[in-house]
Amino acid sequence: MNFKDESVAVYEAYIRKKLILCFVLVLAILISVIMSIKVGAADLSFTQIITALFNRNAVGAGIIWNIRIPRLLAAIVAGCCMGMEGVVMQCVLRNPLASPYTMGISQGAAFGAAFAIIVLGAGTVSVMQADAVVVNNPYITVVAAFLGSLIGVLAILLIARVRSVTPEVMILGGVAMSALFSAGTMFLQYFASDTQVAASVFWTFGDVGRAVWNDVWVMLALMVPALLYFMYHAWDYNSLESGEETAKGLGVNTDHIRIWGMLISSFTAAVTVAFLGVIGFVGLIAPHIMRRVIGTDHRFLIPTSAMLGALILLVSDTVARSIMAPIVLPVGIITSFLGAPLFLYIIMKMGR
Amino acid sequence: MVLSVHKVEFSYGKVKVLADVNFKVQSGDLVSILGVNGSGKSTLMKCINRILKFESGVILVDDEDIKNMKDVEIAQKMGYVPQTSETGFITVFDAVLLGRKPYIKWDVSREDVKLTKRVLDLMDLEKYALRYINELSGGELQKVVIARALVQQPKVLLLDEPTSDLDLKNQLEVMNIIKKISRNHKIASVVVMHDINLALRYSDKFIMLKEGEVFTAGGKEVVTPETIKEVYGVDVHVRSFEGTPIVIPKSQNIDEN
Repeated sequence: MNFKDESVAVYEAYIRKKLILCFVLVLAILISVIMSIKVGAADLSFTQIITALFNRNAVGAGIIWNIRIPRLLAAIVAGCCMGMEGVVMQCVLRNPLASPYTMGISQGAAFGAAFAIIVLGAGTVSVMQADAVVVNNPYITVVAAFLGSLIGVLAILLIARVRSVTPEVMILGGVAMSALFSAGTMFLQYFASDTQVAASVFWTFGDVGRAVWNDVWVMLALMVPALLYFMYHAWDYNSLESGEETAKGLGVNTDHIRIWGMLISSFTAAVTVAFLGVIGFVGLIAPHIMRRVIGTDHRFLIPTSAMLGALILLVSDTVARSIMAPIVLPVGIITSFLGAPLFLYIIMKMGR
Repeated sequence: MVLSVHKVEFSYGKVKVLADVNFKVQSGDLVSILGVNGSGKSTLMKCINRILKFESGVILVDDEDIKNMKDVEIAQKMGYVPQTSETGFITVFDAVLLGRKPYIKWDVSREDVKLTKRVLDLMDLEKYALRYINELSGGELQKVVIARALVQQPKVLLLDEPTSDLDLKNQLEVMNIIKKISRNHKIASVVVMHDINLALRYSDKFIMLKEGEVFTAGGKEVVTPETIKEVYGVDVHVRSFEGTPIVIPKSQNIDEN
């Protein structure tokens, strides 16, 4: 590419390439949506699906509208959340391994859920075709999980505020909270009955199939403003990416950007994990792949990582539903299978 | 005077790092700050840029008190090149364009792009424009970082040891660039230097810091065996070579210490 010619035209062409990639991702998501809506225990033809989409009384309309669509929307919305949370956390914490999963947010939620199920008696086991556990009172569990992860996040931010708002303090805080919550969960499980232990363990298997329409709306209502906030601050994240002092030299209030970035990304993470359980690695993989493909310009990195997160979760869920059909695996197992080797790859690359 | 530092004091906790620092810099001048490690050079740079909030004193940029300026306004007047900068998956073009951050709301204007292109040309970086910065050599990277500070269109350029990681050729090249842009674009450059001879070769003025205070300041005449002995605690000869003073440490028997 000859940069000596019309610089603006070249820059626009360079930006256009990134926009094309965004379009490709949207297309891939649409294709996965079609796949996802087709796959399932009830064998519906495309004609039946299309009829059911427009006619709520048609054959299979109940399955499409009450089971498959909320499920795939939950996968898309939660995947978007995980992708963008990963980008923002990795950027503000200046650490490639930062994600809701590694920052103790998931462990906080798991503790909250275990507390609700074991201490508040919110859950028991009963066998259903898709989900082996019915939590008697799902809302208590969701609220407790949400509070659990929020307490973790607030503790980290408080430590950072008292000590100093540096990535090191926050990450070490995350590690400490994560250990504390895991210990707390084990403590509760130690004294719980078999069924309670089973229910609380089962809760941690992240599964988008748990989501009902209301959950989707709540997650969406949080995702959209969070995404807009992150996009608005894209240049601040770009500055942070070039180093703390460079960012300050460019007039960025790094403490402010770091605290709010952490707070908002953790908040959305807390909500998704409370509704869906622990789904690891999506928030870690999506930003890492996109960073290599599209670079670290956050104007593009944030939306594309969100889209890739959605795509990964949607495809993983479709795989989870079909790989051992009629058994439906929780999607968290598939994403971790996919993510763990990549995690190792990143660690090995870092050493060089 | 484009930059005026008056009675600036700063402490890290109870440790006083800067005490009563005063100096002025004219536009177009290249001023070197000299002193031993820990004498407060980098702290002074950060205070001037208000990255560190100094306790007392006044710093005026373009006759405006920086305490009354917003961070973004300071960034529009002053470019800062820190000692270390991070690399990553960002192209040279985007890395330099980032210097427009104090002016950009969200969307990049044609003017931002054109100015970035002009600065890339000026720094002889246009051939690397679409390369990732983590593929660059140390010298090229330093030029990218300086280019980023330049697109801020600063009145004052602060550079913290810009040549410390570079080989001889790149040291000369980078100092030449700083000298040229200071003179041609009427930018006041303040450079922290460890290499006294490199400083003598390029700078118009010198400020020698000792224990957080200005020990002496002025033209080349302030660099004498006596001042260097006082500031660095080293015995040196100062000789003139092709009109430029050069500092040569006296030979020392290491066993004596």
